[in-house]
Amino acid sequence: MIKIEDLHKSYVMGSNSLHVLKGIDFNVKEGELVSIMGSSGSGKSTLLNILGMLDEADEGSYVLDGVPIKNLNEKVAAQYRNKFLGFIFQSFNLINYKNAVDNVAMPLYYQGIKRKERMDKAMHYLEKVGLAQWATHLPSELSGGQKQRVAIARALASDPKVLLADEPTGALDTKTSYEVMELIQGINDEGKTILVVTHEPDIAEMTKRIVNLKDGRIIDDTVVKQVIAKSYV
Amino acid sequence: MFNKERWAEIIEALNANRFRTILTAFGVFWGILILVLLLAMTTGLRNGVTSDFGDFATNSLFMWGQGTSKPYKGLPKGRRVQFKLEDVAVLKEKLPELKYVSPRNQLGGYQGANNVTRNEKTGAFSVSGDYPEFIKQQPMDIMAGRFISYSDINEKRKAAVIGKDVVKALYDYGEDPIGTYIKINGVNFMVVGTFKSTNSNGDNEEDANTIFIPFTTFGQAFNRADNVGWMAITAHDNYSITNLKPQIIDIMKTQRSIHPDDRRAIGNFDRAEAFGRINGLFDILTLVGYVVGALILLSGVIGISNIMLIVVKERTKEIGVRRALGATPWNIRLQILQESMVLTMISGMLGIAAASGGIWLMNFFLGPSGSVENFANPSVHVSVAFVALIILIVSGLLAGLIPATRATQMKPIDALRIE
Repeated sequence: MIKIEDLHKSYVMGSNSLHVLKGIDFNVKEGELVSIMGSSGSGKSTLLNILGMLDEADEGSYVLDGVPIKNLNEKVAAQYRNKFLGFIFQSFNLINYKNAVDNVAMPLYYQGIKRKERMDKAMHYLEKVGLAQWATHLPSELSGGQKQRVAIARALASDPKVLLADEPTGALDTKTSYEVMELIQGINDEGKTILVVTHEPDIAEMTKRIVNLKDGRIIDDTVVKQVIAKSYV
Repeated sequence: MFNKERWAEIIEALNANRFRTILTAFGVFWGILILVLLLAMTTGLRNGVTSDFGDFATNSLFMWGQGTSKPYKGLPKGRRVQFKLEDVAVLKEKLPELKYVSPRNQLGGYQGANNVTRNEKTGAFSVSGDYPEFIKQQPMDIMAGRFISYSDINEKRKAAVIGKDVVKALYDYGEDPIGTYIKINGVNFMVVGTFKSTNSNGDNEEDANTIFIPFTTFGQAFNRADNVGWMAITAHDNYSITNLKPQIIDIMKTQRSIHPDDRRAIGNFDRAEAFGRINGLFDILTLVGYVVGALILLSGVIGISNIMLIVVKERTKEIGVRRALGATPWNIRLQILQESMVLTMISGMLGIAAASGGIWLMNFFLGPSGSVENFANPSVHVSVAFVALIILIVSGLLAGLIPATRATQMKPIDALRIE
């Protein structure tokens, strides 16, 4: 599903050049649930941004579901993001003046889907994350865990190839974190490919494969036995 | 482009900071209000001043004799030029472009001595000797009877057509003036008609104080023979009286043995020229109204642009999220443009509505209490509303342009990092 070869990325800050990714080779097959770990500054967020087409690598190749991702202009990048990817952010990033179902429907809006169909689909995904009865609530009326569930529903709405989660549990307490991970595991069980960036080992253990980054290189890439989140909840 | 969802989204976004939105909208509201009111006031002034001109046919020239400034053919300078009735016939014959050439004589006038009596009642009125065509140059409403006819002229009948105020001064209420007699400078005339001015503004007072009698009768009764006091000349619609003026004056110079270079001998007032000059003045005033109004509107537009920049800044993160979810730069730009357009249009429409209300109020108060000097019926043409609408659309686009560009300048990754 994801094929990355010899990926390099540096940031220029004034006269200094910061080499963040120093040659990453990385493959993800369909249906995997991968966590990317590393201390801050290890390059994990940069890697996720490049995977999410929010940033572009200096060198190396990135192929997503057979489509080479290279030299995209903003318009095409936006369309690819919409079609291929679902984002889950640490701070949820819901639009605060839109209610839950409108937030979920947003990617469908940019696909040009008609309002009725959009609302039906959005409601379907809200039901999936167990928040159907909260559909008309504004984000400010939801708890942190509920917000992240809405965000997950939004990421699923456009039926993307890959879900990219950047510290999805970073702003949540342990119990809520496990509930969110349970949801993510459930989605993965249905066959969705998911990448989770985290620095919490217990969260990483709930995935099926842990990739460890340090100073811009992969130092460890092991398949682990998944801890089922439900057992903690 | 503007589906229900977009509308809801725009309303939501504008509602998010309602007080700020209202303050911003006020700038455009005020600008368009001033613009429309300025144009309406200009029209009011134009109406007021042009109605002062009365209803007299615009394409007209008044001409009278003055003292000569040059000796000619043995005649001394300083001689008084006196037009004769025969000159009228010559002008009509030589210049078929002229529609009416009305010789006129006048007696008494505004604030003159009492010259008209009926039984015990007296009054000072201007008495004018005229031809039947005159009513076509100076329209008036005949209230009863008729105007002077050619039979009156040919038979030199002592017939009089009297103005509304003359009736008021000489007759009791309800009395029928037709067929009665009035004495003008001791000569008895039978009243054959009454009139009032068609125009309710300007010089109506003087018009209504006038008595018309046949030109020929005037000459005989008041010893003017075939002398002509002055002439009111109107050209056919497709000829300009201003262009014909030199020819008219040349003919008169030949007729009256005036030196061809004598500029002072014949006095004239070119209504078309004066009218054109006044109209030109008001065209400039209208232009000034547009410019001043547009400049005030501009500050409102800058206000909108400014607030949209702040909105873009505040929503940087939201824009980042939208782009991560698949919004293209054009989606974002369109959203900002639409918001600024809607804000501009709504406040502008309210401004136009308020201006219409203001104009209505002005007319309401001007109406019953009579007209203010040189000001009447302030109004704007429907086309002004369309022009204002186009100005608003352009303004809204302009106001949104910079913020919309700014919104898509930042890369989504940087936008997402903003807390």
